[in-house]
Amino acid sequence: MGDNCGGCDLFRSNKFVFVRGNKNDFGWFTLVGMSGVVPQSASFEELAMPLFDQLYNFACWLTHDRDEAEDLVQETYVKAWKGFSSFQAGTNFRAWIYRILRNTFLTSRAGLKAATVPLDEDDSSHVVVESETPESIFLSRSSAQELQSAIDELPVAFREVLLLCEVEEMSYQEIAETVGIPIGTVMSRLSRARKMLRDRLATQRGTSHGV
Amino acid sequence: MACESWKAKLGAYVDGELSEAEMRSFDEHLRGCSSCSSDVLARVQMKRAIQAAGKRYTPSADFRRRIEQKIATKPRRSFSLQWAAVVAALALLVAGAVTSGYLRMRSERNHLFSEVADLHVATMASSSPVDVVSTDRHTVKPWFQGRIPFAFNLPEVQNTEFTLIGGRVAYLDQTPGAELIYDLRKHHISVFIFPEAALRGNLPSQPMLPAGQTFSMETWSQSGLRYFVIGDANATDIAALAKLLQGQ
Repeated sequence: MGDNCGGCDLFRSNKFVFVRGNKNDFGWFTLVGMSGVVPQSASFEELAMPLFDQLYNFACWLTHDRDEAEDLVQETYVKAWKGFSSFQAGTNFRAWIYRILRNTFLTSRAGLKAATVPLDEDDSSHVVVESETPESIFLSRSSAQELQSAIDELPVAFREVLLLCEVEEMSYQEIAETVGIPIGTVMSRLSRARKMLRDRLATQRGTSHGV
Repeated sequence: MACESWKAKLGAYVDGELSEAEMRSFDEHLRGCSSCSSDVLARVQMKRAIQAAGKRYTPSADFRRRIEQKIATKPRRSFSLQWAAVVAALALLVAGAVTSGYLRMRSERNHLFSEVADLHVATMASSSPVDVVSTDRHTVKPWFQGRIPFAFNLPEVQNTEFTLIGGRVAYLDQTPGAELIYDLRKHHISVFIFPEAALRGNLPSQPMLPAGQTFSMETWSQSGLRYFVIGDANATDIAALAKLLQGQ
């Protein structure tokens, strides 16, 4: 695996476990339901293929391009397959493979461009306290199309956390594992993503009402 | 608790990320706080809307097939197990080859022993079991000169229970050899002598006669010659004759 690999840090840290002589070096694992750790013997195919549609959807949200998304998903599956022997049994397979996907994306050309949006905050002390406004109720009824374009406009760091939470229905802990950030940061990003989304929708509504 | 502290936890509440106790007290608070409960309602609606809008892209069946093929053609298990499997398969192959080779060799040997037994039986059944009739080894031994491609020595049996009856030429594996017939208390014992190099494979010192054979047999190799002593006498007598012959 070359230096351009998105999952490098992941593989490296897992290699360490591997070198130490891990217990799960038999390709069989005790693992993973959709949101929890379920004791079960499973092959890579059995674990990875049920996530195929979701991974593709997530890849499209990241890349904004179907061809690029296919390349990204394919690369993810190949990398995950190659690194499967270093995957630690009893840990979360879904978080693991999503992490490979987003790391692969972020080190791609498109990903590097997308990730240059500066993050001025990154800890839980910045959780935005939003006040309830009448329009928030109204905005929740925005059309799917309006919502989709508003999500598309979010910087990738916020977009991914929001989608992992709302669409993939990951717990904060899973998101933290996938993105490689503390739970406090997950909470603050989520809070800001929602705030940004509301603001954008309010602007859209405002302009459409104005016209 | 002031409403502001609850507001900060609204997101975690809607995401179901508060502890059980916190969830319960939040529920309690919502019953009495219209501001918070309408916010919760808005957030839940927003959550559902994002969830629906977020499921936006579906991969083509063709792309799914491509990925399935890509990971299906590759072995599922980790490298060490693959290696273990490869080693096990090789071990099986080697064991199989060794076993089949051994079995083939053993069946060849068995085949050879039963041929020797057949030769003995044929001699006993023959109307003229010996071609050179003589109890004198000095008569029998020279008789073979020019008939077989090797020379051998015969023991003096005069002071033993064995009596030399005579000899004939026998063929084993298309190789001519000497057959000597001895008598022991009316039992006839054949001694076959063949050049070792002409016989197939290495023969064990313990002959394995096919099941059902009632003969006793001794065999050994000496000075490049293979000796077989076979007869319906008991094993001790066969061994005694073998000893005499080996004494040469």
